[in-house]
Amino acid sequence: MNKENDPRPPRWAERLLGWYCKPALLEDLQGDLHEFFLRNCKSKGVRVARLTYVIDVLKFFRLYTIRKPEFLNLLIHWIMLGSYIKTSGRSIVRNKLFSAINIIGLSISMSVGLLVIAMISDLLSYDRFHANGERIFRVNTHHTDHLNRKLDLASTSVATGKKIQENFTGVEAATVLRRGFAGDAWFGDNVLSVEGLWADHRFFDIFSFDILHGDGRTALDNPYSLVLTETSARKLFGESDVVGKTMKLFSSSDTSDYTVTAVLRDVPKFSHIQFEAIGSFTTKEIIEKDNAGFGGWESVWMNYVYVLLPENGSLSAIQESLDKLCAEQNKTVERKSIALSLQSINDIAMGPDLSNPIGPTIMNIVIYVLAGLAFIVILSACFNYTNLSIARSLRRSKEVGIRKVIGAHRSHVAWQFITESVIISVAALVFAFGIFMFLRPQFLNLAPDFLKIVQLDLSGPVVAYFLLFAIFVGIVAGILPALFFARINAIQVLKNATAVKVFRKVTLRKALIVVQYTVSLMFIASTLIGFKQYKHFLAFDLGFTTANVLNIKLQRNKADVVMKKLSEIKDIEMMSRSQMVTSVGSYWGAHMRYSDPNDSINVWYNTIDENYLPLHGHKLIAGRNFTPKVSTHEESEVIVNEQVLKALNIAGHDAQKAIGEVVTLEKKKLQIVGVMKDFHYGKVDSSIEPVIFRYSNEPDGFINAKVLSDDLPATLDAIERKWKKVDRVHPLSATFYDDQIEEAYSQFSVMSKVIGFLAFLAVVISSIGLFGMVVFTTETRLKEISIRKVLGASEGVLIFVLSRGFLLLLLTAGVIALPLTYLFFEKVVLSEIVYHAPISVFDMIAAVMIILVVALMMIGSQTLKAAKTNPAQVLKAE
Amino acid sequence: MKGTNLGEFEELVLLTIAGLVSDAYSVAICDELEKYTGRSVKLGVVHAVLNRLEEKGLVKSKMGEATSVRGGKRKRYYSVTSAGKASMLKAKELRDQLWSLIPQVALKRIS
Repeated sequence: MNKENDPRPPRWAERLLGWYCKPALLEDLQGDLHEFFLRNCKSKGVRVARLTYVIDVLKFFRLYTIRKPEFLNLLIHWIMLGSYIKTSGRSIVRNKLFSAINIIGLSISMSVGLLVIAMISDLLSYDRFHANGERIFRVNTHHTDHLNRKLDLASTSVATGKKIQENFTGVEAATVLRRGFAGDAWFGDNVLSVEGLWADHRFFDIFSFDILHGDGRTALDNPYSLVLTETSARKLFGESDVVGKTMKLFSSSDTSDYTVTAVLRDVPKFSHIQFEAIGSFTTKEIIEKDNAGFGGWESVWMNYVYVLLPENGSLSAIQESLDKLCAEQNKTVERKSIALSLQSINDIAMGPDLSNPIGPTIMNIVIYVLAGLAFIVILSACFNYTNLSIARSLRRSKEVGIRKVIGAHRSHVAWQFITESVIISVAALVFAFGIFMFLRPQFLNLAPDFLKIVQLDLSGPVVAYFLLFAIFVGIVAGILPALFFARINAIQVLKNATAVKVFRKVTLRKALIVVQYTVSLMFIASTLIGFKQYKHFLAFDLGFTTANVLNIKLQRNKADVVMKKLSEIKDIEMMSRSQMVTSVGSYWGAHMRYSDPNDSINVWYNTIDENYLPLHGHKLIAGRNFTPKVSTHEESEVIVNEQVLKALNIAGHDAQKAIGEVVTLEKKKLQIVGVMKDFHYGKVDSSIEPVIFRYSNEPDGFINAKVLSDDLPATLDAIERKWKKVDRVHPLSATFYDDQIEEAYSQFSVMSKVIGFLAFLAVVISSIGLFGMVVFTTETRLKEISIRKVLGASEGVLIFVLSRGFLLLLLTAGVIALPLTYLFFEKVVLSEIVYHAPISVFDMIAAVMIILVVALMMIGSQTLKAAKTNPAQVLKAE
Repeated sequence: MKGTNLGEFEELVLLTIAGLVSDAYSVAICDELEKYTGRSVKLGVVHAVLNRLEEKGLVKSKMGEATSVRGGKRKRYYSVTSAGKASMLKAKELRDQLWSLIPQVALKRIS
């Protein structure tokens, strides 16, 4: 083994050991580890030995090896705090430009951080009001269908709940809830449209909703019992103590008298379960008594089961019982399987994305992404601080030198600079708070869901988090400058100030600038691509026309009556009826069979009348439209799209020959009377699937009215007046088709707005950072510039010399950022979306141009100023 | 673990230190233990035990001379104190006593 190739343990690990270990133990420990290191080098090779060394160093981090903080040192820190604050204050005031750049940058980036903190704090406070919250769990369903498609659901089957209630040991209580309790409640002449849940008698054993009147234990025992919230009780009865009163409820499935058995305080905002009224589950069981599927193992779409574990109950034991239950029950169903799992009630508001949620939730991934982006922007502002502090170190180094001569320790200097950066970031917090208050309403109005879910209100803990956050940001921003200053050699500095190798840190600073601009560029490019995608979706040819179509929700009114009234308005050119609105993300599904009785496919459908196809301009390839029929007519006809022919292999995919073929749908034989061109039934991000239109002369969902009007507000007003004559309870709910489509893709508009805003912030922050750097460089190079000028350099040449370095950095950032963004969108985001707009090079170049123009303005103005100075003024001082 | 009572591993370490006489430093103790017990002995565990024994006053330590091996770092040599010797003897005594209580027949019956 010769000297040069002597293997050495990793230096940083050695240092780490030296840093944390007690001096008394250190030498021995270092020696031991080194001995083992050399041994491992021989037996296992250098790489393994180095790795083992690192692991050992980390493993020795124990209570008895850690260096105790020296009391004297802490005392000095405490005594010197006043001095640190004073000098920091002076330095902040003296360098106004520097402080302003830092405070502005930090405050605008921190405002986004505050938003994220407030949001997370809101989401974390969800469902904390339940007394037994730690022990409440929801049963989630993982559904695998016959095509092996997996679906994670928040809902589950009634059967699951019943089995848990009957057979499970180790569960203190379980309750079954069901969505879809809705209707118009009448009391005398008062009417109120209520929405809520069905729930069984164990509901109040599990959840802690405050009961104002009545007895929670028995409230939901009997059929046709009803629990109201205080607000709805007051609205309907005019008072809150209404236990024992009766009201009539008109719903789509039945009309019955319900007795109020309890009144609750209004549901807290931060509850993932929201309701105005609860009907007893026994009622629903009576209503559905003829529906065999209601309590079945497979009907997992509408019901929710919550269980309460006993104190010290075992979650894994229940999971085991659930697994056993699934294994047992899955034998009873064909070609699909159902698995169950438990989710703590505290994880629901900010949990994984589940279908059929009981209330609005925010996916945890959204929060992570938002927090990640905010973090990047904040980091960018921290880079500014780091960059400018180190660049200006020449001016502070004498101060540090004198402190060190007087007796300051390295750690003292480091703490001084950390204190300074914390002061700046706390100052920035004040401004950030102002920006936060301004951003709050904008953000809440960005998406309708946000307003439902979060409030972003300020409370004690939230403000404390803000402060902690500011201190954290200060430390992150100040750590590098602090370490840099702490290492300054006092003698060198005092002898000759220029001896400090400021520019040794040039690579670090350049790297930070490149990172900043890379991030800014990626943000801008993403915004442009995202926005273009959104526009692309809105302008997408869906295969039919949506222009001027007003979709009016019937809300359980008779379609004939409404249409008769509406037909009096002359601006309505044409009207049709449909069960649902396609292309905005709703799906109605059914199974369809052709000749092979075992081969059924899933088709999406809409039930329409004979005017629907012409009104929406759907194109028929073969066959004819539906013909009007009387309402008692048995369903006999169907119009299919091309995909159906392909999927079921009807008539060799020939549309003409397919006419007259018979398919089976929900045990009914239907004749194909028409084949239409494919259109987008779902959203544009999924591919076109088999779709059919079924006929009914009174589908009860919507009236589609084609409105041709010169004075739209007046027409809408007229429609509203007509509506009021038919239905005085429900307000008119009518939306233009185009607006509905816009709303269906609102996630993209929200996304591009959020990222656009962050892009704006990132650009502002990196620009002011760059500005600071340019100001600094030109100031320090003023003499050089003057000499160059005296020797005959022209202004143009000078500007080129000064800005060359910065432009190079920007180009490097561009070279890194653009391919990364392109790959990210091409491979990750847009590959999920079937019909996406291509990513254009133009967007990318536009992003670079925006950055370049802003940066050039920054650099140009300063360098021009420097180049124009009179060299005599600068040089005469020497 | 309180007081002068020895844990099993502590006793082993103490015995090894006594056995190694003037060469008892951490790595040597480690190797020796590994040799006799046949199980892998982690340096971290030995260090922790040595530290604890020293705190209890059962061993004392002094730094050796600097050498060119071990990255130029000195070794810390351990030796058993009289208190350490006393507790070793006490442990042995206790065992012997318990052994003597077992009737020969009883041992034979256990196969």
